[in-house]
Amino acid sequence: MSALPPYASKTQIAWHYTFRAICGLIFFFLIFPIIVIVPLSFNAEDFFTFTPKMLALDPEGYSFKHYQDFFTNPDWQQALYNSITIAPVATLLATAFGTLAAIGLSQSHVPFKSAIMAILISPMIVPLIISAAGMYFFYSRIGLQGTYLGVVMAHAALGTPFVIITVTATLVGFDRSLTRASASMGADPVRTFFKVQMPLIIPGVVSGALFAFITSFDEVVVVLFLGSASQKTLPWQMFTGLREQISPTILAVATLMVAISIVLLTVLELLRRRSERLRGLTPG
Amino acid sequence: MSSTNEDHVSNGTMPDDGIMRAADGTPLKQRLAKALRREKLRSFLLIAPLLLFILLTFVAPIADMLFRSVENNIVEDTIPRTVEALAQWDPEYDQLPDEAVFKALHDDLQIAVAERIHTRLGSRLNYESSGMSGLFRKTGRRIKRMDEGDYKAQFIAADKDWGDLETWRVIRRFSAPYTAGYFLSAADAERTSEGIELKPENERVYLMLFGRTLTMSIAITISCLLLGFPIAYLLAHLPLKTSNMLMILVLLPFWTSLLVRTSAWKVLLQQQGVINDFLVWIRLIDDANRLVMINNQTGTIIAMTHILLPFMILPLFSVMKTIAPYYVRAAKSLGANDWTAFWRVYFPQTVPGIGAGAILVFILSIGYYITPELVGGTSGIFISNRIAYHISSSLNWGLAAALGTILLALVMLLFYLYDKIVGIDNVKLG
Amino acid sequence: MKMKTLLMAAAASVAFTVPVTSEELEPCDNCADEMTIVSWGGAYSNSQIKAYSEPYSALTGVKIVNDESSNEAVAKLRAMNEAGNVTWDVVDVVASDAIRLCDEGLAEVIDPDSDLAAAPDGTPASEDFGDLLVSECFIPQIVYSTTFGYRSDVAEWNGKEPTDICAVFDLENFPGKRSLEKRPINNLEWALLCDGVAKDDVYNVLETEEGVAQALAKLATIKDQVVWWSAGAETPQLLADGEVVMGSTYNGRLFSVIEEQDQPVKMLWDAQVFDLDGWIIPTGLSEERLNRAKHYVKFATDTQRLADQAKYISYGPARQSSAPLVGKHAELGIEMGPHMPTDPANAKNTFLYNYEWWADNRDDLDAKFQAWLAQ
Repeated sequence: MSALPPYASKTQIAWHYTFRAICGLIFFFLIFPIIVIVPLSFNAEDFFTFTPKMLALDPEGYSFKHYQDFFTNPDWQQALYNSITIAPVATLLATAFGTLAAIGLSQSHVPFKSAIMAILISPMIVPLIISAAGMYFFYSRIGLQGTYLGVVMAHAALGTPFVIITVTATLVGFDRSLTRASASMGADPVRTFFKVQMPLIIPGVVSGALFAFITSFDEVVVVLFLGSASQKTLPWQMFTGLREQISPTILAVATLMVAISIVLLTVLELLRRRSERLRGLTPG
Repeated sequence: MSSTNEDHVSNGTMPDDGIMRAADGTPLKQRLAKALRREKLRSFLLIAPLLLFILLTFVAPIADMLFRSVENNIVEDTIPRTVEALAQWDPEYDQLPDEAVFKALHDDLQIAVAERIHTRLGSRLNYESSGMSGLFRKTGRRIKRMDEGDYKAQFIAADKDWGDLETWRVIRRFSAPYTAGYFLSAADAERTSEGIELKPENERVYLMLFGRTLTMSIAITISCLLLGFPIAYLLAHLPLKTSNMLMILVLLPFWTSLLVRTSAWKVLLQQQGVINDFLVWIRLIDDANRLVMINNQTGTIIAMTHILLPFMILPLFSVMKTIAPYYVRAAKSLGANDWTAFWRVYFPQTVPGIGAGAILVFILSIGYYITPELVGGTSGIFISNRIAYHISSSLNWGLAAALGTILLALVMLLFYLYDKIVGIDNVKLG
Repeated sequence: MKMKTLLMAAAASVAFTVPVTSEELEPCDNCADEMTIVSWGGAYSNSQIKAYSEPYSALTGVKIVNDESSNEAVAKLRAMNEAGNVTWDVVDVVASDAIRLCDEGLAEVIDPDSDLAAAPDGTPASEDFGDLLVSECFIPQIVYSTTFGYRSDVAEWNGKEPTDICAVFDLENFPGKRSLEKRPINNLEWALLCDGVAKDDVYNVLETEEGVAQALAKLATIKDQVVWWSAGAETPQLLADGEVVMGSTYNGRLFSVIEEQDQPVKMLWDAQVFDLDGWIIPTGLSEERLNRAKHYVKFATDTQRLADQAKYISYGPARQSSAPLVGKHAELGIEMGPHMPTDPANAKNTFLYNYEWWADNRDDLDAKFQAWLAQ
């Protein structure tokens, strides 16, 4: 596929380029919706489409006013504040619990391993509306509905499967003889863990944490049901905005969130490379 | 190692019974069992905190909600005397319950009205037989003014429905603490005096909605496959450096907030949106006939295909990565043309990836709520939207729980298949 | 202190406003010093915050948390009540929800004459609010109407403009998408009115199976041209974006599209349906919180405060004594009187919404309507 052999027939050449064109269109489909909101978020008018001035690249057609609105509007600021106070704590909980459990699960003799695994992965599989409904009734009963703690716990539960999966993946390639070597050289299990195991699984832990973070940071269904106005997060504000007062400020927020995704994606990519290099899978 | 020998010597009493022993003389089997137990304990201690956390914050709430789909204490709690008195009454017998039942109902309702809980019972019974809500409300307003004696006549005077056998049959039928009523409603059926039958055609919704959820999910899965396959193929066959670059185009949408992508589609698909504007501008359509691509099924399918596409590409890609190139080369050298080599040799090897991606996309899409809610209008909504409606608007929580249980069972079944085909341990992210 | 001075200055600058001083506000004994007020969000919440909550906080120092869950108030209150953990203190709901909450024992019963302030001339609250006290738990605040707005620049209409409600069902003369609320209330009545049913017979007809079928059949004639909304802000947005050519919503939302955002939209007041919105206090509050809630409500529904709210949004105050005090819009400076649904010019043909009938039949019709929608 990568290169056409010199003996390729005309049909082969034609197909080669057609195929690439098709792929190009699909990539366009994937990326265009995300790209298109960026210029629209600088629209000087309150419209969701390109104005003639924008198309003429007239600087007057563009402005930062929607960004200004985002940074001065107390609703959006409150939502931003809530998002950045909920997501990190949920991430911390999910990562701590998830990493321990993944290490436990990677031992060779775990009773009921598949049943436990199924339970621990379930928050990722169960449709969100069902999780949200269940938590809504149950958390109301124990007084956690509409509280910060309730939302954090729910988000942590939703984030753990990602941590388990990513950490387990790094442990699968983990060479057991390394811990044995460490033990035989006199290191106790704790020291072995921190000096030998930890550096190797750290990329898995961090990427799991990133997944847990983005799960909480993007989550809207559960927080809609479980939260009250004082836990209103960015996605919640966007959801009500999209349903009700659809102001272009949403596009400004969306652009900022795309920027955050790019940062997370870059971190993850760097981690992946590091992990592969450490495990000697591919030359970095 | 020398100490071991010394032990041997000093012990001296090591029985020579053919049992393998550890250094301190305990049988090796025992030692191994002990080590195993210790290891099990250690892994258990590592897993326990999370297991407990998930059971408490996640599994218990869901179990609790599922229980609502059969729970029906409200009738017995609100009108206990009536329920007891009605037990004597034979619903098959064509006669109204006797005065004792009406008196019990009067006493029950008097308390219920004072506590203001009778309308809740009315709403509950209204799910089974329309008109019950109004009946209880109306009677509740009259109950204070009723005189002692001849309650039957007074109730029938308050609302003639109390003289209708069907009213009593419904109360009798739903007085048990557990009910299958919600599940029947979820399947557009109801229990009448003649047994279980389908509801009148103009009230059937859920079978159609389940059907629509499934067909639209299938449509989304197929379009993901059609769009995902070429991309995965291309990525798997390009040199590493190029494919890594292009992979970013797949991963960026994957990492971008669901709401961001949904807003983007809203902006693109609206009648006054970017796509319509563009089509008008290039004169493909005229201004008066802009395409309707949002608030219907088209909108939901387009937006969700975009959102779920990475979940198809990533598993396909990882499977295609492992397919060795020799097979296709061998096929070609044996005279197969490009198409035959692809279709007969390459394609069958991608089936596990297709299975994994398709089930994953399908599982995710049948439970979707946010995107259909925002771009689906009324024709593009899923069963999840209906569940949300019953929780927050109609307050029919039992029905919401029943619909949720069915949906959950469906997802669990698919997940089981996924586990069989791919294995949970093999789920890869990013 | 500074905050208070500022507020007073702002208040004094608007005609007819009599500033309240803390001396006039009776003290609140054994009251909580924090409260959660639930309302609808958007411009409506803002008007309440400006007219009631900010002055109240300034006078009493109470910390007010604003929630915007009125849309799901009944569901959430029921869940909170079931759990025995009510976190809301005062909730803004429409009258029909208030009736429902009251019926289910989820709202406190109010005695208007002791719990609410009398009019400045001494008229007791029960008389001042009059018929609008539709439930023993309901404290009326505003009269609003659900009515239609239409775009005044639709080329296909050839210069015609809708003058009566039946234009909504007239796809021939007024083609284009319309937005209607995703619930049976109002829509069924309008459909029957435009299907030859006399105004007084509407509820008698709706009582029968055939009547419901008739109303739904009339709605079915425009079904494929309807965008269904569930939040009051959707229609104004859809109208402003040109996604629909006409749509129903609350009159105050249309006011802000027309006057504040200056969009080419006009009001069609014909067959507007009056409705009420007001406060309820949930049951199950601790004594301190209940006292605080009552104290707030008494303040927020006095004659002056209700008139003040009309400066920010075009809804009519629920007290008779407030009407003469309604002045100009706080920012635009236009007279608010002509924008009130109750203004004689606007109220030539109104439809009275029957609370009791809907309370009795809501569950049934909701189910039928939703089934019809999904088909």
